Amino acid sequence: MWDYTEKVKDHFNNPRNVGVIVDADGVGEVGSLACGDALKLMFKLDSEGRIIDVKFQTFGCASAIASSSALTEMIKGKTLEEAQKVTNRDIAEYLGGLPDQKMHCSVMGKEALEAAIENYRSGDQVTRELEGVVVCTCFGVTEKEIERTVLENGLTTVEEVTNYTKAGGGCGSCQPEIGKILARLSGSTEPAVAEEEPEPRPLTNIEKIKLIQETFEREVRPLLRKDGGDVELIDVVGNRVLVSLRGSCAHCRVAQFTLSDVVQAKLREFVSPDIVVEEVS
Amino acid sequence: MRTIYLDNNATTMTAPEVVEAMQPFWTELYGNPSSMHTFGGQVKRHIDQARRQVAALLNADPQEIVFTSGGSEGNNLAIRGSLDALDGLKKHIITTRVEHPAVLGVFRHLAKHGYRVTELPVNSDGSLILDALESTLTPDTALVSIMWANNETGVIFPIEKIANLVKSMGVILHIDAVQAAGKIPIDITRVPVDLLTISGHKLHGPKGTGALYVRKGTKLVPQVIGGHHEHNRRAGTENIPGIVGIGMATELALNGLDEENTRVRALRDRLQRGVLAGCKAAQVNGANRLPNTLNVSFQYVEGEAILLLLDNLGIAASSGSACASGSLQPSHVLRAMGIPFTSAHGSIRFSLSRYNTEEEIDLVIKHLPPIIDRLRELSPFVEDELPV
Repeated sequence: MWDYTEKVKDHFNNPRNVGVIVDADGVGEVGSLACGDALKLMFKLDSEGRIIDVKFQTFGCASAIASSSALTEMIKGKTLEEAQKVTNRDIAEYLGGLPDQKMHCSVMGKEALEAAIENYRSGDQVTRELEGVVVCTCFGVTEKEIERTVLENGLTTVEEVTNYTKAGGGCGSCQPEIGKILARLSGSTEPAVAEEEPEPRPLTNIEKIKLIQETFEREVRPLLRKDGGDVELIDVVGNRVLVSLRGSCAHCRVAQFTLSDVVQAKLREFVSPDIVVEEVS
Repeated sequence: MRTIYLDNNATTMTAPEVVEAMQPFWTELYGNPSSMHTFGGQVKRHIDQARRQVAALLNADPQEIVFTSGGSEGNNLAIRGSLDALDGLKKHIITTRVEHPAVLGVFRHLAKHGYRVTELPVNSDGSLILDALESTLTPDTALVSIMWANNETGVIFPIEKIANLVKSMGVILHIDAVQAAGKIPIDITRVPVDLLTISGHKLHGPKGTGALYVRKGTKLVPQVIGGHHEHNRRAGTENIPGIVGIGMATELALNGLDEENTRVRALRDRLQRGVLAGCKAAQVNGANRLPNTLNVSFQYVEGEAILLLLDNLGIAASSGSACASGSLQPSHVLRAMGIPFTSAHGSIRFSLSRYNTEEEIDLVIKHLPPIIDRLRELSPFVEDELPV
């Protein structure tokens, strides 16, 4: 059983500011059903640019709901510049602390707030901008996000990074990569490994299509199916591989990463390094 | 607040009869049965009686029963002990993707130590894909370990068919019957298994007790090495109160099998009907289940949140959601079944026992729908996704 503080229990049992603002000035959505938690944060500004109203909807566990509720209370009445200064640590502290394994709930709150502010400033409908190289493909966590969370929270172990960002908590294959990021940030140098690979003979078109099909069946589809999704190969035009996503991939936040990182990476590994994967509906 | 305990696949209340049977062995009959004096020696007949009681539940010979500290030890001893006896002659071992960690963990450990591991898949209803077993058995296969019934979904595997198939290939067969024992009949004379694990605390016995059935002639290298206890198969001074306790618990379980499959089953079915009628977008996970288990998924809500709101009302259940387990991914069992994430995160397991009443079940049926509704009101997904 989780050791939740009374404040977490209170915000879970009596969440503040639940609901929707129809004419919101900023809306931020992070997480997904597949990932196990998701948060939609909306705010409305008054004439002086202060957050006059804020509402949230959360799919997730008690600490996700409590973190969302706490965040809304914390930013109400603040200007966006002030609100932006709220860190995930502040959210956790406001709640009297969160269990280690639940720190990612407070990070989700922080990310939703950033997405909502970004949405207000750019007017874009897009959900949170995902920048940089994806390290954890299970949960769609980028190198930049890991770096920032490590620095903001003073993290030193892979386990902590997983607790805060979820990265490394799925298949676990990116844990060495997270270790390298930690080593780099702490100033230690990693041994440089440079391996020259021989140039392969170019494939004929028929060989290429056949190899793409094989790679799809053998490498890509089992991987996505394991997570409740699927992908269909539609066509191959030159180096462009057209695919259509099915199941939980179709509406997942990490969908764009599933495409670019899993499918494309696999095809580039097994077929040709210049493959570009595109989604068609 | 009274607890409504519906988490009996996790552990059970120790039966009052069991507690009573254990009482003399703390301060009166505390001797060591290995001692030469009468005071110690007289305890031995109580172990013998417990061995007969456990054997009776499985229709086994008492000599085939080894007392252990529980399900995890039993599984470790069976798998590692019989592989050790083969001395690395064969290097392929088979299990399923839905096993308890006490088996899966052992297999994944062995995979790092030279064994080739096959994890058999299951269908979406949780049933085992038997063809897959047949096609993966090879002359190099040393051992197959398969659970009789699943702890999360209650799905029962066709052990008789599995046993006949595996034994026709001369491969060692271990069955984890921790969840099945006491809930459905087990007759070891009808299923040719070599080793079979049971646990005391899953059938109203004390925690820290278990038994491993070892068919006569099965070679087993002890994993706890020391004295000559348990016919050289498990060293350590016997946990006498615990052994007496699991003995009494298995006797009660054998006598209670009919009730389990009539009254308890009817309560479970009542709960299932009530929950499905009261909650939208709910589905039962698994077909052909133990009479006491209901695993149900509520789409678009998260299991831990459901559990805590039930807990506020004194209702104890468990969940296959990621958050409830402390891991970040939902139950490996539900994922193996291909249950979509929308449902897996919102799965709740209710597991009943003979101590549950109709009144308790009706309270759950009454309180659950508003909890699900309330969490769905919080959820950003429901509006556009939920079927009306």
